[in-house]
Amino acid sequence: MKFYMMHLMPYADLDLDYDQKYNSAWITLPNSYYDPKKGAKLYNRYLDELEYADQLGFDGVCVNEHHQNAYGLMPQPGVMAGALARRTKKVKIAILGRALPLLNNPVTVAEEFAMVDNITEGRLIAGFVRGIGAEYHAWSSNPANSHDRFHEAHDLIVRAWTETGPFAFEGKHYEFQYVNLWPRPYQEPHPPVWIPSQGSSETIDWASHPDRRYTYLQTFTPVTMLAKYMAMYKERALEQGYEATEDQLGWSVPVYVAETDEIARREAKDHIENFLNKFLRMPKEMLLPPGYLSLRSMMGVMKAKSAIGGKQTIDDVIDKGMFICGSPETVRSRLEQYQTEIGFGHLLTLLQFGTLPAELTRKNMEIYASEVMPYLREKSSAEPAMAD
Amino acid sequence: MSHQESVETINGCRTRVMRGGSGEPLLFLHGAAGAGAWLPFMEALSKSYDVIVPEHPGFGGSDTPDWLDNIGDLAYFYLDVIDHFGLEGVHLVGTSIGGWIAAELATRNSSTLKSLTLVAPAGVQVNGVVKGDMFMWSPDELMQNLFHNQDIAAAMPAPKDDDEMMVVLKNRLMTAKLGWSPRFHNPDLPKWLHRISVPTLIIWGDDDKLLPAAMGPAYRDLIPNSTLDIISECGHLPHVEKMQEFTSKVTSFIEGAA
Repeated sequence: MKFYMMHLMPYADLDLDYDQKYNSAWITLPNSYYDPKKGAKLYNRYLDELEYADQLGFDGVCVNEHHQNAYGLMPQPGVMAGALARRTKKVKIAILGRALPLLNNPVTVAEEFAMVDNITEGRLIAGFVRGIGAEYHAWSSNPANSHDRFHEAHDLIVRAWTETGPFAFEGKHYEFQYVNLWPRPYQEPHPPVWIPSQGSSETIDWASHPDRRYTYLQTFTPVTMLAKYMAMYKERALEQGYEATEDQLGWSVPVYVAETDEIARREAKDHIENFLNKFLRMPKEMLLPPGYLSLRSMMGVMKAKSAIGGKQTIDDVIDKGMFICGSPETVRSRLEQYQTEIGFGHLLTLLQFGTLPAELTRKNMEIYASEVMPYLREKSSAEPAMAD
Repeated sequence: MSHQESVETINGCRTRVMRGGSGEPLLFLHGAAGAGAWLPFMEALSKSYDVIVPEHPGFGGSDTPDWLDNIGDLAYFYLDVIDHFGLEGVHLVGTSIGGWIAAELATRNSSTLKSLTLVAPAGVQVNGVVKGDMFMWSPDELMQNLFHNQDIAAAMPAPKDDDEMMVVLKNRLMTAKLGWSPRFHNPDLPKWLHRISVPTLIIWGDDDKLLPAAMGPAYRDLIPNSTLDIISECGHLPHVEKMQEFTSKVTSFIEGAA
């Protein structure tokens, strides 16, 4: 198993009483709530944290893309990847991802990713997503064309990386007379592609296709859902004539580890609850614009009792396995259990979340890196070796 | 109710059509909520006209054809519909995105039309006039913002079963596909509205929170033989909220145009 530090880079200095006036930390929350003096300090602190992960022996660091919100300050994640490219030495840098359907010109991403891949001599992991529904409000991109544009942009980028240019690209949404990428990516045939998702059988069908075999990354969902989607990926692979490896499965989850269960819970409580109830807060219409989900999936959402927007507590998310929190022993045993049962090969831990301050983030990273990671690394390196 | 329903295959698209009454043909093009039911204003107009109410491709009981990408496609489709039924001297009435379709149709070919009525039509952008964002509104907010009279808004029924909910979702999806960006307008349309050669009535509610009535003068100024009629204490759906006033305005306009 490989270990990554994921960061969302939230605006942790957000006035948490914003919700007395506004119904979301996204899109409609005025940017007068953002103070550049504080934001500048946060950016540098967060980049320091990811650089520290390199020193602590993580296998990779992960950044991602969200627009017009306090939840994550990386609307252009390539900027962060560029900053990390020269300051880190060993870690993979995963951009998870770019939201392809938003793009008017997907070649910009092919170029940007190829540049980072060259500068890092092949340490880039390329994430492709559709983005969450709110991005379609933020970028005025039509959610009804989201699936079409994702696939077309993906095809264009992979062709740009792998085919000798110049070639012409003729799509419905994108059309180019000349595609001729300078620089070509460093890795052959192209950087590994990861597909983060909150769970979608359509995405799994597509990612698991033998021509792609992309790493499917389950993000922030109950562990029962994680198990279901990982099993689905393996089944789809078998149906298509091959056995999925652990390298094709990843999980992204917030983790807080401290000296004891009691200390961990006490230190994490406010910050994870702020993450859930303040930073993630948005109405259904913002999260799920028409076309973002298939009609059938949308019907399911409408019929389900609205889970979106309800207050969540630390215990809710610990119980569901959406947050791993406790002593090193507790965190080790839960992660080991899930890994053994579910069999993912990439574990992305969100070690800063919501308002978690710098000193607790560092402590969390250090205990995780010294008392959890080596144990799991040893365990997982023993078992797949026998399976192979 | 004296109307009939049929499914017509037009340009490969199975299209649900309601039709009732007799007289000169009146083709009604619905807005974002579709045309599920034969409404009181349709019944009222059917006393004087042959009222034809198709559901647009991609809405309600009609198919979603592969060729449907934008409002222009629907403008051409409705020229096919007019041919399909062999209509001449059509009184074309469209509301909201249906008004947009009607305006696009009339710029392409007015020859089969006798009059045009645009009811709070989308299609034209007026700089500085901020439209409501229906895609951010909850179902309750949507109803509140569509009407001036909140008693009517509160009385509008919610979907009663899964089938009705599926129609709501389908209509919303196609509305987004057609109008998300540019938001409910075609930047090229103002250049060609001068081609509309039939008498045109533009009706707007004075309290339209989705497409503000301040857009009305722009439409009026761009269509040569047109008048703008503002209905007071009325939201985005004059044909529902002010049914009697609406039908009498449409009827007297058509009589004047004939």
